[in-house]
Amino acid sequence: MLVLGFFYLPIAMLFAQSFNAAKFGGQWTGFSLRWYDELWRREDIHQAAWNTLLIATISTTASVVLGVLAAWCIHRFRTRAQRIHYGLVYAPLVVPDILMGLSLLFLFINIGLSLSLTTIIIAHTTFCMSYVALVMLGRLQDFDESMIEAARDLGANWPTIIRRILLPLLGPGLAAGALLAFTLSIDDFVITFLVSGPGNTTLPVQIFSMMRRSSPQVINALSVIFMTVTFILVILSQRLTRPQS
Amino acid sequence: MKTRQWIESVLSLPSFGWLVLFFAVPTVLVFALSFKSAEYGGTLGTGWTLEAWRHLANPAYPPIIWRTVWLSLACTALCLLFGVPVAYWIARLDPRWRHRVLLLVILPFWTNFLIRIFAWRTLLHPDGHLKNLLVHFGWAEPNTQLLYNNGAILLVLFYTYLPFAILPIYAAAEKFDFTLLDAARDLGATKWEAFRKVFLPGVRIGMLTAVLIVFIPALGSYAIPAVVGGPSSEMIGSKIVQRATLDRNIPHAAALGAFLTLVIFIPLGIAAFLRWRDRRVTRRSHGLTPGVTP
Repeated sequence: MLVLGFFYLPIAMLFAQSFNAAKFGGQWTGFSLRWYDELWRREDIHQAAWNTLLIATISTTASVVLGVLAAWCIHRFRTRAQRIHYGLVYAPLVVPDILMGLSLLFLFINIGLSLSLTTIIIAHTTFCMSYVALVMLGRLQDFDESMIEAARDLGANWPTIIRRILLPLLGPGLAAGALLAFTLSIDDFVITFLVSGPGNTTLPVQIFSMMRRSSPQVINALSVIFMTVTFILVILSQRLTRPQS
Repeated sequence: MKTRQWIESVLSLPSFGWLVLFFAVPTVLVFALSFKSAEYGGTLGTGWTLEAWRHLANPAYPPIIWRTVWLSLACTALCLLFGVPVAYWIARLDPRWRHRVLLLVILPFWTNFLIRIFAWRTLLHPDGHLKNLLVHFGWAEPNTQLLYNNGAILLVLFYTYLPFAILPIYAAAEKFDFTLLDAARDLGATKWEAFRKVFLPGVRIGMLTAVLIVFIPALGSYAIPAVVGGPSSEMIGSKIVQRATLDRNIPHAAALGAFLTLVIFIPLGIAAFLRWRDRRVTRRSHGLTPGVTP
């Protein structure tokens, strides 16, 4: 219980502070929405939020395609090449963000790709696809493949199999993987920070630079909105991954 | 059979190629660039040199490397110290409550981690509530500095990684047969002995995973020292970012990155060895006592 208190204390504090009228967090001077109002008028934050969503949408789509293909191949063909494939999928999860960001930054510099939204999308797709692939691999392990053969024996064609067997059974895993990728993309700071060019900020990068300059109260308000969105996504993905029994 | 191989290659190619291009190649590139020399203005010199690696012995680095390692080790130790009892507590809860408590443990950690670090900065701030409270109860002097030091970094590291330690230990504890503890008590063990000699070995694999999950990212921390640490509490991550983005000294950043990669391989190697030995011991005990399940 003490540990749970420790977990929630800073967050509760942040939540309360975002409604505090005072300019600095020291004392409580009354309930106010002025920080939310200020947030509403900050164009740079809107731009960062838009970038964040755009990057998350594109890299989620790409990582779902790549991750599902990877999981299917690793599961279906148990060759030596697939063992290397599995190693490649697994390794990005072990490597700290800072090393991944650094190595991608060097790659982009060396191939002459200037830092932009594209480089951020490439980076996000790379780490998101590993998570998608692992979630899908877990799902595929519980999947009974003889069902596909049975359906084919009974005369079903591939579109029917996909629609009637694969989607209903693997769909929840797919959605969970996609939501995970989306949240990870929205949340990432270190890798984005290293591979983003000037003027291409995402919300976490924006928050980081705001921490050094602007009023902490605006960050509190932004954080509360940001947190609410992530909570909703997490609760959705929890619903989807829960066994259907 | 030929078509099957062909299908395999075509289907594997996108993800395989992507990961080779954007993961394997860049990782090798970091090592390669660390053997280049830096020219003024961020360009690379021709030819190969050990200059960047030799630079790691520069008196500025060893304290930073040492600080990174001890902070990560201390954080890992704290996470185990608190993670094991919490996981034990959750695993013994009524199943109806277990999932709710687990969700409560995970939920705060889905908030952006920068926000959490920032929340701690507000809390520990010289004019913050925690400080006022401590001073009020006489536990701290009015001029005590809670922020911008190693202690603050350790606290926030611990806060960030504790749930990552609880989850794998809990996963192991959930499968643990708690009647074994009663059996140990019946055979005369004290409560503490039963916990130490029966429960802890039972969740060994969970603890090992927890150590890896905490220690490796802690070594690569950048944001935490940047936000709650002071100028004299830099970690390797801070130096890597500084070299790569501010100084534009690619070989030095690469050498630091390569060094960090090597440091990370040490715990991974130890873990691999422990798992291998574990498996061998179980296999042998199977051979000696057939019919006894581990």
